[in-house]
Amino acid sequence: MKKEYSKKILDEISTKFPDVSIKIHAPRRIYIKISREKLFDFAKFLHNEKGFRFSIATGIDTRDGIEIIYHFSHDEAGTYYNIKTLIPKDDLKIKSLATFLPATNWIEREIHELLGVDFVGHPNLIPLLTAETWPADLCPLRRDYADEHKDIKISKKPWEAS
Amino acid sequence: MANPRLWGLKKSPWVFHVAAASCNNCDIEILDLLTPRWDIERFGIVLVGSPRHADALLVTGVLNRKNLPRVLRVYEQTPKPCLVIGIGTCTCHTHMFESSYNVVGPYDKYLPIDVYIPGCPPKPESMIMGVVKALKRL
Amino acid sequence: MKRIVPIGPYHPLQEEPEFFKLIVEGEKVVDLEINIGYNHRGHEFISQTLTWDQVPFLVERICGICSDSHPYAYVLAVEDIAHITAPPRAQYIRTIIGELERIHSHYLWLGLAGHFIGYNTVWMWVWRYREPLLDLFELIMGNRNHYAINKIGGARRDILPEDYPKIREYLDLLEKKNAMFTNAILDDPVIRGRLENVGVLTKEDAIAYAVTGPTARGSGYACDVRKDDPYDAYDKVDWDEIVFEEGDVLAKAKVRLIECNESIKIVRQCLKNMPEGPIETRVDEIPSGEGIGRHEAPRGEVFHYVRSDGSNMPVRHKVRAPSYMNIASNVIAVKGYSIADAALVLAAVDPCYCCTDRTFVYENGKKKYSGQDLLKLSWEKTEKIKRRYKK
Ligand code: SF4
Repeated sequence: MKKEYSKKILDEISTKFPDVSIKIHAPRRIYIKISREKLFDFAKFLHNEKGFRFSIATGIDTRDGIEIIYHFSHDEAGTYYNIKTLIPKDDLKIKSLATFLPATNWIEREIHELLGVDFVGHPNLIPLLTAETWPADLCPLRRDYADEHKDIKISKKPWEAS
Repeated sequence: MANPRLWGLKKSPWVFHVAAASCNNCDIEILDLLTPRWDIERFGIVLVGSPRHADALLVTGVLNRKNLPRVLRVYEQTPKPCLVIGIGTCTCHTHMFESSYNVVGPYDKYLPIDVYIPGCPPKPESMIMGVVKALKRL
Repeated sequence: MKRIVPIGPYHPLQEEPEFFKLIVEGEKVVDLEINIGYNHRGHEFISQTLTWDQVPFLVERICGICSDSHPYAYVLAVEDIAHITAPPRAQYIRTIIGELERIHSHYLWLGLAGHFIGYNTVWMWVWRYREPLLDLFELIMGNRNHYAINKIGGARRDILPEDYPKIREYLDLLEKKNAMFTNAILDDPVIRGRLENVGVLTKEDAIAYAVTGPTARGSGYACDVRKDDPYDAYDKVDWDEIVFEEGDVLAKAKVRLIECNESIKIVRQCLKNMPEGPIETRVDEIPSGEGIGRHEAPRGEVFHYVRSDGSNMPVRHKVRAPSYMNIASNVIAVKGYSIADAALVLAAVDPCYCCTDRTFVYENGKKKYSGQDLLKLSWEKTEKIKRRYKK
């Protein structure tokens, strides 16, 4: 029934997007590398035409740049398609998926604040999790983040005031 | 009887539940206290919906940057004198979240806590015992 | 005229802090803004500073209600990196605990939903039968919550054969009571009146917002990791996936109630077929690579992505909690319903802000309702419906 990963889908992907590289880690875990420019169309293809469910996106700070992995789930086959793309550190921009996929709205905001990636075209790119006092250019999941902001300033202790 | 409010507090404390960044388990165990097995409403302890009605605050979880001002705000709104009861290991120190960028440190830097009830989460029995001990000290 | 009703972050609607801004026109909700982050503790950051075996204890504390799901998914992810398979007995133990946790979580939701519509009897009764389950957890794992049963390459504790009868006894009790609750809740015209056709999330919206778990299955979108991508003992037992088409709060309640029955079935079969043998394998090192672990938590799919560079700590550990997606769908589900229904609809996805924030203020002047008032409005509506039925 809905068991093994379907070879048909992978063939379709490689004919439509010839420059992707596909790695099959396990029968249900597939990693696909794609360039930053093609990603938007590819995600649109997976979601709108193939009916994959968007699961989440992961941002990773690596040596060569910020890597973003979009995890799509093909629920009928139980397969995970992980779409990797690399963004160079000197130009942290990528096209936002939130325009056609509302589910990506929050996670793009999160990656924006934790890793500093700019999602072009996102409707509302404001911080999601961190406090209002958190400096906008400080990205805690970056490798160069140092622990200098540990002490928060509190104006007064309430029990001392009265 | 020096302070009538303090005397009133001892008889049937109304508590307000403040969850800072907790993992929910302490909160669920507090709600559990209301259900048939423990039923603390027998003793006149009522969970109220506003800090302005409360005699005691039950705080759970660690403080983080975003909720610290709000927790202090709730504390300011509570009529004094009030008891502050820290429930769970999270309130005793910062548990395993110490190294996080968003956690601002232990409670006693910011809030005067009267009783700490350790445990992750503390069993309902130990919560009742902690509250009773606190009331006895008044 | 548009008015803003701020709720939170400290309000009696939920136990956890979160901030909703309901934008209303008269009685009707026209929009909703959600502001989270009050619970953000930076788990993903901390887990990069802990060793492989310490992380399960950390992710367990993401959320107390699904405190088996996160370590479960993490452990599966690391096993995926290192191509380890847990011994059969460990697989069965993990499955049993996962299912017992589902029952505990669904009952918790059911009780709270009863509370939100002013049926405190439902709350008290349901939680009463949840209590013996916590005793079982204490018996097996030594703590009422935070079980610490999962371990890379196996299970941390064994379920002793002399404990089987106690589990079976509880399941028998639960089966009876679950039937009682199902009938009581589905037959009550007042509860039906409150839950039916309220907070409808259509299948299209469910897919667009990528919801999972009972929220999706109540909207007719069948996705259950246990069926789609079976792990551990789930493909060795026989059970059904519960899907309802309506998408309203009643459908979600039905999914949860009937799922409890399925969980009872799974645990019974696991106990019957429980293989003998060791409960853990030896794990020497985690090679470099990346792995994915999925587990169907009570609220939906928990997904962990772990990357290793061959050292003793993860390089990156990404957590996807089900509520992260489910809560965002509230924006659609609550639109067009009255304020009295808002409390219920916001709670219908079984939100868990601790999960969402792993990774809002008493508004100035404009305040009209507080969370308490919302609850009161909700209770008044139930009273109204009750009166209508009495006539
Ligand atoms: S003490 Fe433990 S159970 Fe309580 S909030 Fe903290 S982590 Fe959760």
